[in-house]
Amino acid sequence: MLSLENIYLELEVEERKIPILSDINLTFEAGKMYALTGPNGSGKSSVARVAMGIYRQTTGKVIYNGEEISTLGISERARKGIGYAFQHPPRFKGMPVKDMLELAFKYSDGYNCQVLRDIGLCPDDYLERTLDNSLSGGEIKRIEIATLLAQNPKVRIFDEPEAGIDLWSFEQLIDVIGSSHREDTTTVIISHQEKILNMVDEIVLIRGGTVNMRGGREEIWPQIKESAACSCRQDCRLEEEIYADCPR
Amino acid sequence: MLTALDKKLLEEIADLHGEPPGAFNIRKDGQGIERRSLEGIEINPKKDQPGIEVIVAPGKEGTVHIPVIMTETNQSDLVYNNIDIGAEASITLVAGCGIHNPGSGSAQHDGIHEIHVRKGARLIYTEKHFGEGDQGGKRVLNPKTVLYVEEGAYAELELVQIKGVDQTSRVTEAEVKAGGRLVMYERLLTDGNQFADSDVLVKLMGEESTARIVSRSVAQGSSSQKFYPRLLAYGPGRGHVECDSIIMDQATVRSVPEIWAENSEAELVHEAAIGKIAGEQLIKLMSLGLTEEEAEEAIISGFLK
Repeated sequence: MLSLENIYLELEVEERKIPILSDINLTFEAGKMYALTGPNGSGKSSVARVAMGIYRQTTGKVIYNGEEISTLGISERARKGIGYAFQHPPRFKGMPVKDMLELAFKYSDGYNCQVLRDIGLCPDDYLERTLDNSLSGGEIKRIEIATLLAQNPKVRIFDEPEAGIDLWSFEQLIDVIGSSHREDTTTVIISHQEKILNMVDEIVLIRGGTVNMRGGREEIWPQIKESAACSCRQDCRLEEEIYADCPR
Repeated sequence: MLTALDKKLLEEIADLHGEPPGAFNIRKDGQGIERRSLEGIEINPKKDQPGIEVIVAPGKEGTVHIPVIMTETNQSDLVYNNIDIGAEASITLVAGCGIHNPGSGSAQHDGIHEIHVRKGARLIYTEKHFGEGDQGGKRVLNPKTVLYVEEGAYAELELVQIKGVDQTSRVTEAEVKAGGRLVMYERLLTDGNQFADSDVLVKLMGEESTARIVSRSVAQGSSSQKFYPRLLAYGPGRGHVECDSIIMDQATVRSVPEIWAENSEAELVHEAAIGKIAGEQLIKLMSLGLTEEEAEEAIISGFLK
């Protein structure tokens, strides 16, 4: 079980402190699947990065299985069983896909190169390819997901796994995330996709760096849809007013 | 008779475990110590200057090892090797130099290779450099390779220097005739106060002659590196130069690729980049459980692969 307690995060940008997250309280239980959703820039990835230790929270605690891990680095958290598939995975000149998967296997308890096939890439075609610009955005993204599957951590955080992935592979991706989820695994998916929001046990809506709503998909999904539609209508009306006042 | 140290050096530079397969010549501390010719692959010592001649008969296929090892301090070894790969032959040639400098004096090897790859022949050439020694004596390697790739021939050069060489000034010159293809991979790592210069001049002489030069380097500590890859097309050839360096600590890297066309049908491209290891790369590998040092190591070894 992974908990974020009273998390505040400020990041320094050009010598100014920008508030990113405020008063985040979330618990992710073993055996459950969660979706973090919300508008662009609302802080979803920052929540994931605080959990992974990539960002260090300004105040608050990160607790994993009863142990406070707030001061632990990224590597130590990974070894304890937290894993994160990046929204924008970096590229590595010269490093073959095979090497990346082997590094992911290093601290895992046994997966195999089947993970590539699981996400729709033929191992024979991809194991020797290098993780550089010769791979498309969609390929890099699928390899990133395969890497997290290979790592097989207890807490799996997928950051917009569907981004850049074609529609055919998307179905397969949902299947593999769902089928690899176990009773002792916690799966957290940052996503805007209705299909993903429909497959999880709980949806968390992040807005303006804080938890706006959370609950089961039956109760929360209609509200999210309505809220999204409202804000869209409001934005549109605002725009109309601006245009109306604008002398042409 | 090869000693344990000789065997270790041979393993480092040529992946050899004992006597090489195929034709070979092993040079140790300025002397040829073991040599084997085969039918169609003649290796002979030169009469007028130090070094060997390797003559491969047309159409011959095989492997040739010509490693150099140095195990003494205060020595300088200069050799002139001529290599002739006959038309339509297909040869893998493993050169390279390993220095174990046991003292505080310097140990230097300057190997000058002239290689002809005749019409339609194929050459895969590997040259690895390695140095070691704990008494402070310098390990210096200055190779010069002059390559002639004739019509329809193919030459692939892999030039590697990963560890322990204090100074190197490498010169590589090549002429590629019509329909000839040259691929050159250079991989280099320097550390401490080491420096490495690499000067490359490839001339594309005729129609459909192509060249690809890929240079990857890592500069650590206070080391310095300079690259001058130049690609010159006299005819309608195609060429690509790519220089990519990871810079760390207090190191310096200069990279000056040049492309030069003397024909309006020529197509030449160069790319050069110098940069540190990206933070996101380190974070990604650390999120797999690697420490920062292990992540750095994995990124560098992948980059130099």
